[in-house]
Amino acid sequence: MALVQQSSPHTRHARPTSQVMLWVILAALPGLAMQTVFFGWGNLINVIWCIALAIAAEAAMLTLRRRSLGFFLRDNTAAVTGLLLGLSLPQFAPWWVSAVAVITAIVLAKQLYGGLGSNPFNPAMAGYALVLISFPVAMTTNWAQAALLWGDAPGFGETLRIIASGQQTVADAFTMATPLDEYKHKVGSHTATEILAHPTFGDGIARGWEWVNGAFLAGGLVLLALRIISWHIPVSMLGALAVMSIAFGSNADQYAPLSLHLLAGGTMLGAFFIATDPVSAATSHQGKIIYGAGIGILLYVIRAWGNYPDAVAFSVLLMNFAVPFIDHYTPPRTYGHHKARRGIASKTSG
Amino acid sequence: MTKLWDFHGGIHPPENKQQSTSRPIRNAGIPELLVLPLQQHIGQPAETCVTVGDRVLKGQPIADVRDGLGVPVHAPTSGTVESIARLPVPHPSGMDDWCITLRPDGKDEWIDRQPITDYRQQDRQDILAVIRNAGIAGLGGAGFPTDIKLRPPKDRKVSTLILNGAECEPYITADDMTMRERATEILDGLKVMAWILRPERCVIAIEDNKPEALAAMQTAAAGTQTEVVAIPTKYPSGGEKQLVQILTGLEVPHGGIPADIGVMCQNVGTAVAVGRAIFRGEPLISRVVTITGEAVTGPGNFDTLLGTPVDYLLTAAGLQPDRLDRLVLGGPMMGYTLPSPDVPVVKTSNCIIAASVSELPAPPPEQPCIRCGMCADACPMELLPQQLLWHSRASEFEKAEHLNLFDCIECGACSYVCPSSIPLVQYYRFAKGEIRIQRAEQLKADRARERFEARQARLEREQEEKEARRKERARAAAEAQARKKAEAVETPAQAGEADADRAAKAALVQQALARKKAKAAQDSVAPVEPAGPARPAAEAPDIEALEKQLEQARGKLDTMQSMLDDARAAGADNVEKLERAVAKNHDRVQRAGQALEEARKSLQAAD
Repeated sequence: MALVQQSSPHTRHARPTSQVMLWVILAALPGLAMQTVFFGWGNLINVIWCIALAIAAEAAMLTLRRRSLGFFLRDNTAAVTGLLLGLSLPQFAPWWVSAVAVITAIVLAKQLYGGLGSNPFNPAMAGYALVLISFPVAMTTNWAQAALLWGDAPGFGETLRIIASGQQTVADAFTMATPLDEYKHKVGSHTATEILAHPTFGDGIARGWEWVNGAFLAGGLVLLALRIISWHIPVSMLGALAVMSIAFGSNADQYAPLSLHLLAGGTMLGAFFIATDPVSAATSHQGKIIYGAGIGILLYVIRAWGNYPDAVAFSVLLMNFAVPFIDHYTPPRTYGHHKARRGIASKTSG
Repeated sequence: MTKLWDFHGGIHPPENKQQSTSRPIRNAGIPELLVLPLQQHIGQPAETCVTVGDRVLKGQPIADVRDGLGVPVHAPTSGTVESIARLPVPHPSGMDDWCITLRPDGKDEWIDRQPITDYRQQDRQDILAVIRNAGIAGLGGAGFPTDIKLRPPKDRKVSTLILNGAECEPYITADDMTMRERATEILDGLKVMAWILRPERCVIAIEDNKPEALAAMQTAAAGTQTEVVAIPTKYPSGGEKQLVQILTGLEVPHGGIPADIGVMCQNVGTAVAVGRAIFRGEPLISRVVTITGEAVTGPGNFDTLLGTPVDYLLTAAGLQPDRLDRLVLGGPMMGYTLPSPDVPVVKTSNCIIAASVSELPAPPPEQPCIRCGMCADACPMELLPQQLLWHSRASEFEKAEHLNLFDCIECGACSYVCPSSIPLVQYYRFAKGEIRIQRAEQLKADRARERFEARQARLEREQEEKEARRKERARAAAEAQARKKAEAVETPAQAGEADADRAAKAALVQQALARKKAKAAQDSVAPVEPAGPARPAAEAPDIEALEKQLEQARGKLDTMQSMLDDARAAGADNVEKLERAVAKNHDRVQRAGQALEEARKSLQAAD
């Protein structure tokens, strides 16, 4: 009788990676629903297009790298990358802008570094940053104006036609500056009251955006409750953003208010779905807090004093650069040791 | 209420304990053959003190460790020594080792037992010797000799004695059932250990998933100072370091032992063994073993004689061979698989899981690490398993060591929770093994270098000395030559006289040679060392050759002496051998010296 020979442990109970990724996708759906309700069909079309392209690009790269397609495609990670890009790109981004972002993310940022687990940068944000720098017109003017799906928003067919036409500029009737953009450009020359009179802000904080961010926050809390993500990165990121805003931006005539920072743009999507990508984030809990806080600070700095109205992609990528450094200095203190062993291994440390 | 602390991480695997706790402890009986490995735990292997064919009594020592760490092995029942041979032993590698095979005679006849009723009147050292001679080694884990553990370093005072009844691993219930059924015996053993150590506090720690054991121990400990504490069920609470933290809030220092912070842990089974050794005079010859798993119909605990084949126990528990897929010795978290049930139960064997395929299925294929950090959250030692994996896989052992690889207790919690199904512990075992090999090789290389340098220095010194001696001889020869010449010039008239003299001398030489020949003939009859250095030259006493021999012998003696010195300095294990070699060479030098002396005398006589 041939008995199984194996190293311990002989039992395991884990949520497989594919299931973790599926939960991430499910938790993002309320946010996508809110985007669709307030900004039309654009995001949904982008999400479907990006996911399909991401899986195709992943399959092509796996084939080139002679890896098992069935084994690696089943981990659902390519779909998550596609989903995140679809959720972050402007609603009327031309199809080829999305394609460049997705292919950059999967081919350059992920597979060329060795595939899942080996990428130093968040793939979706690498793709996003590339198209933001390369195609600034398409990436800044193609945001849909807040209009209820059952109201005056363009229909599915119309939206699909606009995206598929590949035009960099879309009819003004459909688009509108984002709240963060609007505030950034008017601040200094207008008072806060004048700025907030613009329809992009609606009656509340930022028309539609507060619902979208609220939905991503809710989805993020589900991931927290399921222990798929830990609290360290979102809490430290949002906390740092809030602290920066309170410390430097208390004057609404000069800086966007805190509510706008938290509930407009990609803040919640970034805090719960993007910055928490474990592969490119810091390792230890202490490291995660530093990493998240760094993103929050950079996000505020770029939004308040930089050239871009929003900066989730840049902040995340910049902190991705810092991860090895953070990791070297934030290992946990191991049981029985007086203090953590920081720094890089040297020959003398025994 | 005793204050408790928590430890970092930990997991809650399915317990699977109820299968083996429904029946009381059964006696496994005496199998047809008992196989007793000479090495059953940490320390030196024991040396046999019986020979094949000997009849031994139950409890008679059959092997002992003369020097070094270890305890004796006893015959678990009366019978005859059938063989002493290399047989498969329970070891992760599935290796063979020396074992004494005993054929029981069924009489189960005890040796003369000497119970100690009033141990308090005895010297503590004597009681420790009794524990040692009873062959007791820790029954819970690696099997550290109990008497050694009970002798903490002189400067360490054990203020808290912990009896570990946590038994946190799934499936295993040996300690649980022991506590339920043998609570008073545990208390007896604890009393003896407490008397030896004189701690301020005695704690029996039991996971709160064992209410029966808790109740039994509380009843037994009623009226004593001993605390019986229910600790939260969380794997690995029974790990020594974790249990110390739970009960004291202190951490065992890195590289240290619990005694460094005034704590000592002993297993409840060990306490039973100590109690029996003192109060009944019985050595450790049996233990409680859990036999469980879906491939046995009657899982439960068996009071098993050491040396009982696993096969025999599985049959006793109703093995269904067609369902058996994996045989695990120990628990599912830290146990190891057995290649066959053809190995004996030893002092450290606490559980055997006969698992079916569905029970312990093969893990899904390994996926890339996504650094999710679940492993770090589960790690009870607060390591970074994902980083250790990275470095272990890349053979960056320095970095892995820097991240405290050697603090890993291999509990398996990280592998248990890994969503990518990575066998993390296996990678750490690999890295630790590689590092140990590297260290050993480094040590060996250092020693070889030192030896080489010492030899080089010695050769140079010898060369110089030789050169000095050669010069000295040359000078002496030149002087002698000069003197001779001067003499020859001075005394030409005495030439005739000299001739007569020479003739007389020649006659004497002849006589001497004749004597030598006779002696040589005599010598060759008696067995002599062939080509022994002391053997005189057959033809003529060749002074030069003898001198050379003496020189060589001296040189060799010097070499040996310096090698011996080196070996002594390095504490090498070949010192004894070298000492013998030096003595031999010393004799040789003396003999060569004598031979030379004799030859010189004979020459003088001839002259």
